[in-house]
Amino acid sequence: MELLIKNGLVYDPINGVNEEKMDIAVKDGKIVEKVNERRAKKIDASGMIVMPGGIDIHSHIAGGKVNSGRLLRPEDHFKDFERKTAVTRSGVGYSIPSTFTTGYRYARMGWTTVMDPAMPPLEAKHTHEELSDTPIIDKASYPLLGDWWFVLEYLRDGKIEECARHVAWMIKATKGYAIKLVNPGGLEAWGFGRNVKNIDDPVPYFGITPREIIRGLCRVNKLLNLPHTIHVHTNNLGKPGNYVTALETMKCVEDLAEDGKPVIHITHCQFSAFKGDDWRTFESGAEEIANYVNAHSHVTMDMGQVIFTDTTTMTADGPFQYILYTLSGNKWVNHDVETETSAGIVPFHYRRRSYVHATQWSIGLELALLIKDPWKILMTTDHPNGGPFIAYPRIVAWLMSRKAREATLKKINSKARSRSLLPTIDRELSFYEIAIVTRAGQAKALGLKNKGHLGIGADADIAIYKFNSETMDPSKKYKAVRRAFKRAAYTIKSGQVVVKDGEVLKHVDGATMWLDVKTSEEAKITEEMKRRFKDYWTVEFENYPVSEDYLAISQPTTVKADV
Amino acid sequence: MMLVNLYPLKEFKLPVVAECINPDIFQGKKPKEIEGLEVWEGNKQKRLGELFKVEVAKEESVSEAAVITIHGDVSHVKRIGVGMKGGEIVVKGDAGMHLGEEMSGGKITVYGNVLGWAGSMMKGGTIEIHGNAGDYLGAPYRGSTEGMKGGKIIVHGNVGNEVGAHMKKGLIKIYGNAGQFVGFRMHGGTIYVQKDCGGRGGACMTDGTIVVGGFLESVLPTFTIEGLRKRVKIEEGEVVEAPFYLFLGDLTENGRGRLFVAKEPNPHLGYYEKFL
Repeated sequence: MELLIKNGLVYDPINGVNEEKMDIAVKDGKIVEKVNERRAKKIDASGMIVMPGGIDIHSHIAGGKVNSGRLLRPEDHFKDFERKTAVTRSGVGYSIPSTFTTGYRYARMGWTTVMDPAMPPLEAKHTHEELSDTPIIDKASYPLLGDWWFVLEYLRDGKIEECARHVAWMIKATKGYAIKLVNPGGLEAWGFGRNVKNIDDPVPYFGITPREIIRGLCRVNKLLNLPHTIHVHTNNLGKPGNYVTALETMKCVEDLAEDGKPVIHITHCQFSAFKGDDWRTFESGAEEIANYVNAHSHVTMDMGQVIFTDTTTMTADGPFQYILYTLSGNKWVNHDVETETSAGIVPFHYRRRSYVHATQWSIGLELALLIKDPWKILMTTDHPNGGPFIAYPRIVAWLMSRKAREATLKKINSKARSRSLLPTIDRELSFYEIAIVTRAGQAKALGLKNKGHLGIGADADIAIYKFNSETMDPSKKYKAVRRAFKRAAYTIKSGQVVVKDGEVLKHVDGATMWLDVKTSEEAKITEEMKRRFKDYWTVEFENYPVSEDYLAISQPTTVKADV
Repeated sequence: MMLVNLYPLKEFKLPVVAECINPDIFQGKKPKEIEGLEVWEGNKQKRLGELFKVEVAKEESVSEAAVITIHGDVSHVKRIGVGMKGGEIVVKGDAGMHLGEEMSGGKITVYGNVLGWAGSMMKGGTIEIHGNAGDYLGAPYRGSTEGMKGGKIIVHGNVGNEVGAHMKKGLIKIYGNAGQFVGFRMHGGTIYVQKDCGGRGGACMTDGTIVVGGFLESVLPTFTIEGLRKRVKIEEGEVVEAPFYLFLGDLTENGRGRLFVAKEPNPHLGYYEKFL
């Protein structure tokens, strides 16, 4: 099928296109030089913004944890439901929508690729079943390897190459996309009811420190030539004073960087940028982190922006979720994934009037605005931890308009307002920069070659928004920006128009991306390893790996490793 | 004043969802318009006029609000009076689930029994039930913590379990017996049970008052005895004159909720007196 998008104002940062009036031609799901103008279906995008389809580097949309969250919160589904239409299926859920609704809602905003960031290897099959059921968007998942017994042992013994081969096997076995570390070492300690205090606090029974785990896996990541860097949820997340830990985490891999390329991704950084000794002296550490990131090039990060709403927090960081449970007194789930990792789920309401919540809101935006290079800080809410992803249009408006920020500042806790750095920040992001933080930057950080841009050969994932950036000023008309991003005029997925004026026109399936890492020799699966599986896992080793036919639409990328 | 009479045209076998039976919605509408309001019967969308005979009368009065009277059994009809802000609904028969959910004003009177979740998430107004009420009276939907925030519920018969769960403000008066978990996780407000009460009353309560006038099998071990009281005030103009034990709890939640239990029908609680 051929498609021609005419006269749109194109923003394509990877190819350096900034608000140029041009046509985009699509053929067989790819962007091409030109199509037969008479035969092609034409879309008149004059006076509209054309961008690559949105990408979300970190959004919990599938897996055991998300599903436990759905079970925990019937009230979340009661309030928000969607009726079936001729093309879409029904669904429920506000902060943890069901799989179909997740796909439709992303597509309605013009997002076409989403990464599920925390897959316990044991629950890989469940995760992939849910991902296969999530329509329209392309997706991938990161296996949790920061507390994986075999990794800890290989790193403790200094066997970095064996570790790399093992990780390559794990990524293939779980059909994963990147190495995820959540509170490295802390989750293993949580198995014993403990946590690690800083990145040099040894993990019980393993005698290895978080620093060694982070550095080890960072080197493994380089040996394997993985497209994304290690994806790190820092130690001490959600505790006052933890910006020091975040800085130490970034510093500890500084020497591993080469040619200014990023080697670490600090995810939902807002939750790792707290200053102060306790909740009373709590304040923003965004400035310190921004100063560091501005001076170094080995880090990328995402915001983890907080939205004032009732949401559900869920992370693999069991000890952090326990703290959140004791703070809020809400119901919770402590989900222990056998030997592998932990997880916790706590419903949480971020309130404007709360000093801490309002400061958290401010920290996310401060990070995004104080870090000068938009390629380094990407837009997320850490869905659903900071808020549901449907709030992205509001974040876009806050980033683009000082007026929008001031309107919200007026309504928040007065102490938080007086301490916030936001009133001193004049910066307003342009649409070009928004295209970076929501698309191009995300694609670059993830190493997705065919996504996040509109060059020849790229996947034809395109979003068109009804906002005339030539005549309208987003800084003043921030409500129009919000409306435009809430309901994309068109979303095109693999060359097919799936959304028009915010309504889903077509149910198409998205692919699941994964890495087929080729090492020079296969990882050794020793008898000892199999024995351990027999002793400690509820799943037999033979049944453990996810086979490719398990994925509805499998899209492997072959990576050649150095080991 | 607008008087609307609704007569069920048949005995309902399928659940009917009729949020439109609401004085605010009926207000100022012509009979034809009222008949045309949408309802669901099972999985079919219908008009109100297909299920009910609608009669509208006008009466000169100072009040503008509509009064809806339902003549007959509507125990299969859910969500009557949901979110109503004023006016009155009278049900001469039984009513279904979610009666008066999230209502913030007006009055609902039922001369029969009601099923679960009557007055759920209520914010104001009055519900009076002359028969029995089901489970979750004045309690939020499952899993939700959004309890009753105001208003008054009076039940002349018995009620089921979890009355007033998560309640924050308001009053529930029960002149019959109540089931288990009265005032589960309540944070405020008052619940009065004139007769007997099932077990685990006040579990996880942090504040508010529960008054049990009849037999209570046992008080949770996480409550401590505070003293004896000669009388308990339920609301302005209603005081129960009888000796009551006063317990405070629930200590598992660091709660300071007050649980009054009448002394006379509960001789088995007498051993608490030695702690006074």
